[in-house]
Amino acid sequence: MLTKALVREFKAQIGEDSVFSDPTDLITYSYDAAPLEPVTPALVVRPATGEALSRAVRLCNQNRLPLTVRGAGTNLSGGTVPLAGGVVVVTNGLNRILEINSEDMYAVVEPGVVTAKLAAAAQAQGLFYPPDPGSQAVSTLGGNVAENAGGLRGLKYGVTRDYVMGLQFFDVNGETIKTGSRTVKCATGYNLAGLLVGSEGTLGVFSQITLKLIPQPADQRAMMAVFDHADRASETVSAIIAGHIVPATLEFMDNFTIRAVEDFSHVGLPVDAAALLLIEVDGHPAQVGEDAERVEALCRQHGAVSIRVARDAVERTKVWEARRSALSALAKLKPTLVLEDATVPRSKIPDMVKAVNEISREYRLSIGTFGHAGDGNLHPTILTDKRDKAEWERVEQAIAAIFDRALALGGTLSGEHGTGIAKACFLEKETSPATILYSQRIKKALDPNNILNPGKIIAATA
Amino acid sequence: MADIRELRRLMRQLEDQLVVCMRCGMCQAVCPVFAQTGREADVARGKLVLLDGLMQEMLNDPEAVRERLQRCLLCGSCAANCPSGVNVLDIFLKARAILAGYLGLPPLKKAVFRRLLAHPQTLDRVVEFGAVFQKLFTRPVNEIVGTSCARFASPLLADRHFRTLAAVPLHRRCPSLNTPAGASGLKVGFFVGCLIDKIFPSAAEAALRVLEHHGVGVFLPEAQGCCGIPAVSSGDTRTFNELVRYHLDKFDSAEFDVLVTCCATCTSTIKKIWPSLCSEDLTARAAALAARTMDISQFLVQRVKASAAPVPSAAGRIVTFHDSCHLKKSLGVSAEPRDLIRANPGYTLKEMAGADDCCGMGGSFNLEHYGLSARIGRLKRDSIASTGCSVVATGCPACMLQISDMLSQAGDRIAVKHPIEIFAESFYGTSPKKD
Repeated sequence: MLTKALVREFKAQIGEDSVFSDPTDLITYSYDAAPLEPVTPALVVRPATGEALSRAVRLCNQNRLPLTVRGAGTNLSGGTVPLAGGVVVVTNGLNRILEINSEDMYAVVEPGVVTAKLAAAAQAQGLFYPPDPGSQAVSTLGGNVAENAGGLRGLKYGVTRDYVMGLQFFDVNGETIKTGSRTVKCATGYNLAGLLVGSEGTLGVFSQITLKLIPQPADQRAMMAVFDHADRASETVSAIIAGHIVPATLEFMDNFTIRAVEDFSHVGLPVDAAALLLIEVDGHPAQVGEDAERVEALCRQHGAVSIRVARDAVERTKVWEARRSALSALAKLKPTLVLEDATVPRSKIPDMVKAVNEISREYRLSIGTFGHAGDGNLHPTILTDKRDKAEWERVEQAIAAIFDRALALGGTLSGEHGTGIAKACFLEKETSPATILYSQRIKKALDPNNILNPGKIIAATA
Repeated sequence: MADIRELRRLMRQLEDQLVVCMRCGMCQAVCPVFAQTGREADVARGKLVLLDGLMQEMLNDPEAVRERLQRCLLCGSCAANCPSGVNVLDIFLKARAILAGYLGLPPLKKAVFRRLLAHPQTLDRVVEFGAVFQKLFTRPVNEIVGTSCARFASPLLADRHFRTLAAVPLHRRCPSLNTPAGASGLKVGFFVGCLIDKIFPSAAEAALRVLEHHGVGVFLPEAQGCCGIPAVSSGDTRTFNELVRYHLDKFDSAEFDVLVTCCATCTSTIKKIWPSLCSEDLTARAAALAARTMDISQFLVQRVKASAAPVPSAAGRIVTFHDSCHLKKSLGVSAEPRDLIRANPGYTLKEMAGADDCCGMGGSFNLEHYGLSARIGRLKRDSIASTGCSVVATGCPACMLQISDMLSQAGDRIAVKHPIEIFAESFYGTSPKKD
């Protein structure tokens, strides 16, 4: 609990209306989108200016209060659960797009800008901000950078990391740190942006983000390939990559997911199909035509039973509607949904699909698998009811098994959801004890009082 | 005050509905209140957590939970956008009822609901009395929008620009009707609704003329009252049930094909809320009536095939259409009112940006949180005004009130109409002066 005097101090420094201390408000900042135990903070602040944000950080450090930054609270690894209590700093009051520079193709934003709003503002100027995490309609760019969020276009366009040109952030004392630049090249100083991207609020608090924008692709073509064996679909994915074609999106959907989507949205998916690939190529019209033909040929060579190429925008929308409704459709089947994102080298997709099927059988769980097969990032989605204790234990074992299999295939625990609380105890397995220690030393040096989002990423060991 | 354990027991009834929320937070994208405040307690996910917290004994302050639960327009944007299909409105209305049962209703609401709303004829007399004297306290401010404001500083009216009570409400102009099916072979039951009866009777008159023109018989029983939404949204299930029973007695044994209303909120309440929240002894009757209830535009377009082929007209007045939440998000009706508008060659329909963004009215939300309601309303006003229209149409009289207020305060010269009025004009010309 915070003393009344300290709450008054926060109100004086951040604004009367920007500080919440009523328990009824506090509990609404105790969770994020990961199915973890909620932890209620002692105080919530919602600064409306960068200066107020800086003062909030300094006050927390002066008073040794744990500080958890929160954007939209949509992350899937517990990154915004205030594990040690303390203060939650909500950034959605800092939501201005400060600049979109069409000549030099970059944007400068405050951390609370919603991803889709930047994408729309860029599009209005003929520009393109590609990272499109599933939560982009609500997620904040600060959160995207802190989690190094991905999306459907990772294969061709990369992830959030690839668009961060520069950062301004506050250290634990509320001092402004600058890294990177508005220039395409920048070779000065340490690459602190590289360290801060994906640091989940453990090393600093973002105040301004400079993001790269690119020209919009002139043309695109979407298609859906139907397979009667999941292996053939995943082999096709590997073949397309091995053929050095880089589609903008290359998504996989297993039979379980296909049936859920069709039951839910009746878009006309083949419910007997073992697997679907949803593919879109984009770029210059001539390139699009050629790539589309080659992809189609590869699908046929690898045993696609049918291929539907979208002839117009309406058909294209239909293809992607099916993919977009995958998570919703699965979510409606059971109360609790565990969305994993273990990622493997792309050539190992067939092995990973098989592994997930085996795990589903072994632990007697419903697992729908869909996801960004093109970049090796599948989403095995476990459907359960957290209130069923016995089944929940099997879910936890299955998650560990998915991690083990992904690591054995040379993969990683998380392609885009981050480490947070959920994967912290597995991180050493992927890296090494020395890696954890090295990271802990960095953390200790930059945040000696351990106030910045304590308990995340490197705090726990298995 | 009852035992808090009793409250938790009642909250447990909601558990199976509450666990459906997976906390993904997608409701933040569409909640009009959250867009203004950025506070998690204002968005559906936060409110569902509060109810969960009350149920799980994490929270001990039901009054604070109720206060936050009431900060909601009940517009249903979150439910329409929810990946998990959480039945948000159903949960919120049930929770409001449970909390009202536990905490009691605020005295003013209790008096209004139990003494006025529950007794349609008393309500009629009080409102008629008010209509006679309203000119003493109000003065016209915008003759195009048709709004007035308070003559003297008034805490009740604040800075509102409001549509005054009709000098002659519908129940005086047309107390009851029972005409046989004509050329169409169809007959409707006509549920009037308070706001249509007392503020916008011209919409109902337009509807009755159109129905007559298309040979549709009308059963309009006398002494109709409120659909019950103000009561149930404050948790007063007693008044709500009395009103459901009162109207079921009037309508459900009568011979007609479809029950129609000109009020999106009444239609949505009768179709969705009556069967789901009424007392068990009424459920079957309410469900049967709900199954044959339609919005007036939906009925005319789908059943009567009333929409003439659109005739393009270069000289048309520009009209824009606002999708009422209760019409589009609750009932899925958005094409039909536009069809009615397009059928009048004197108008050109020009879509506004975010036509289905909530106007911020939310019934009692506007009374309890006028500042917030007006901030949301001004966004709607800006979208309307930027179309350059001279008329805005919407199928919900509550939206008509809010939009009138916002346009009038901005000094816009834009008339606010119901789509049925625009459609009726194509047969009869502009309706006679309203009052």
